[in-house]
Amino acid sequence: MRLRPPVTIEQRLRRPRWLAVAVPVGSLIFAFLVAALVLVATGHDPFSTYRQLFEAAFVQRGSLNQTLIAATPLAFTGLAAAAAFRMKLYNIGAEGQMYMGAITGAAAGLYLGGRGGPSPFVIAAMVVAGGFGGMAWGLIPGILRAFFRTSEILTSLLLNYVAGLVLTYLIFESQSYWRQTQGFNATVFPTGKPLPSSAVWPGLSTNLQGGIVLPLGAGLAVLVAVFLWFLYTRTRFGFEAQVLGDSDRAARYAGIRVRRKILAVMALSGAIAGLGGVSQDGDFRHALDGDPNGLQKLGYGYTGIVVAALGRYNPFAVVLIAFLIGGLQNAGAALQGPSFPSGLVGVIQGIILFSALGGELLTRYRIRVGRPARPPAAPVRVPETAA
Amino acid sequence: MNNSLAVVLIAAGVAYGTPLLFASLGELLAERSGVLNLGVEGMMLVGAVMGFWTVQRVHATTAATLLLALVIAAVAGAAMATIHAFLVITLRANQIVSGLALTIFAGAVGLSSYLGNNLTLSDQPALHSFQPFLPGSMQKWPIVGPILFGQNALVYFSWLCVLAIAWYLSRTRPGLNLRAVGESPAAADSMGIDVTRYRYVHTLVGGAFAGLGGATITLAITPQWVDGITGGAGWIAIALVIFAFWRPELCLIGAYFFGALQALAPELQARNITLGPTVLWANALPYVMTIAVLVAVSSGTARRRLGAPSALGVAYVREEH
Repeated sequence: MRLRPPVTIEQRLRRPRWLAVAVPVGSLIFAFLVAALVLVATGHDPFSTYRQLFEAAFVQRGSLNQTLIAATPLAFTGLAAAAAFRMKLYNIGAEGQMYMGAITGAAAGLYLGGRGGPSPFVIAAMVVAGGFGGMAWGLIPGILRAFFRTSEILTSLLLNYVAGLVLTYLIFESQSYWRQTQGFNATVFPTGKPLPSSAVWPGLSTNLQGGIVLPLGAGLAVLVAVFLWFLYTRTRFGFEAQVLGDSDRAARYAGIRVRRKILAVMALSGAIAGLGGVSQDGDFRHALDGDPNGLQKLGYGYTGIVVAALGRYNPFAVVLIAFLIGGLQNAGAALQGPSFPSGLVGVIQGIILFSALGGELLTRYRIRVGRPARPPAAPVRVPETAA
Repeated sequence: MNNSLAVVLIAAGVAYGTPLLFASLGELLAERSGVLNLGVEGMMLVGAVMGFWTVQRVHATTAATLLLALVIAAVAGAAMATIHAFLVITLRANQIVSGLALTIFAGAVGLSSYLGNNLTLSDQPALHSFQPFLPGSMQKWPIVGPILFGQNALVYFSWLCVLAIAWYLSRTRPGLNLRAVGESPAAADSMGIDVTRYRYVHTLVGGAFAGLGGATITLAITPQWVDGITGGAGWIAIALVIFAFWRPELCLIGAYFFGALQALAPELQARNITLGPTVLWANALPYVMTIAVLVAVSSGTARRRLGAPSALGVAYVREEH
């Protein structure tokens, strides 16, 4: 008799719907358990750390405001990643596409706002300009992938570094249009030229928790999520993109224009990331932030990948997860100090992503302890016929 | 003559290229087994911080401390690779997303930064570091002096690694088995090769090399610890494997080329040479050139002759083949 392995992994024939919720939730719980081990191993008390984390993220006065500030860019970069990853186009350049959107969006705001255009017009122009900036930067890896079959993973990532250098250059190493060149402070520390008031995005104020401002960008992100949901579930474009993601060859045989689709998806993904960039200008920073220790240190583009994967590329889930991860990010920044070393947030995010990935196994396979569901069919012996 | 820009750049290219070389050799081994690991940047950073921690905290002779630092960096890199290996080999997770997760987990805003902070390593000069050790008179020889003899021990060790891996892949039975696993795991399995074990071992060894590459930065090139000190070297190393057509000897050439590009910006600055927005283009050059070379090798006919392992990025499940 052969020994059976105690655990067998077998393919699921059907994927229960509840797993689509259970896996991300389970991943979050599991990730916090594992991160607690990291905390204990490095001499911190996980309970008090987590309590502080939760309070700084959602409970303390003003904390929700800060969480929204962190969540808004994450919603954009998460949606950007979701739009592309869904088609198995691994655009990890949301970071750079966001910088580019910030640059072009700020240019539009400074130029049109400076000429005294009406505020709604200036803001709309910024949104368009930011989207185009991100789109252009996203199209570079798109074109290289569509026409030269170059891996978009590496090219989009490497372009992040280039975009970061451009951003820093504009504010720190040149007398560019975006840089503040007048006034005493400009000679002490280089900063971006402040946006005129007509280019500053309005927020929706509420009385909760001592005044939470819902930034315009957050609303824009929700609109983008609705648009993406519609595009991917209700249109021919979305269907074709899905087919292409599942099988390149099937798509080709079905007459889907693969190149065009790759370009369109990369442009879309880049444009969404670019909106995240211009929202940084208009909603929060009110100038182009070229400081290598400012916007570039936050890594919104990379965290967007965590957000997208945990939301299983569903646009509405992505927005929700962006809020939760935004809380984590905000608390990490607020608590940073000896009892809460920097990098912990990245560690927790990494573990969340690992467990979400491992959890994917559960949606595709069933793990059975003990004997397999069906007894293995007895080998059929064909009796040798007598010659 | 030895101060001419060309000689200085080539010599610096060899030095700056060594971390790239170590990391790309590791990635090459993992990819030859069919496992794509995009976590190189993260593994390098953890290797870099743990190697640096060792030289700051261990009190022994310089040689012993540095050797121990290399071992710890390699172990740290391999430990990071274990996570990726478990997820993609045992749990059959998507290799691309898992590799990205590893870079987020371990990278510049993750574990490496956490460790650097928790162990208070930032803003300190290294207590021990690798220095050129051959006699000074040899280092003064024209041209070959600075390029070949003015290097530290890690450079010479990396040459040994290139030779060893080239020999391993083409002349040994495990090396040939490894290639079979990367090309056709089902065929390798039916020949009695343990696909899972080969993939685990080479992914882990790949991680160890990435850790060594990271430690090369913090122990030899810029002996200090700063968050995100690798600055994208891990990604260039992954691209290098593609340019090198999955061959170790070509990794060496590519690594030195990109090392020289990385050395260009500081060298131009030191000599006060400016040409337009020098800071911008000189710093962006390594990334832009990486993209350019990637496009060149991935388009058209070059692709046919590439040595890409056929099963790269695909999980092997016996029942599904």
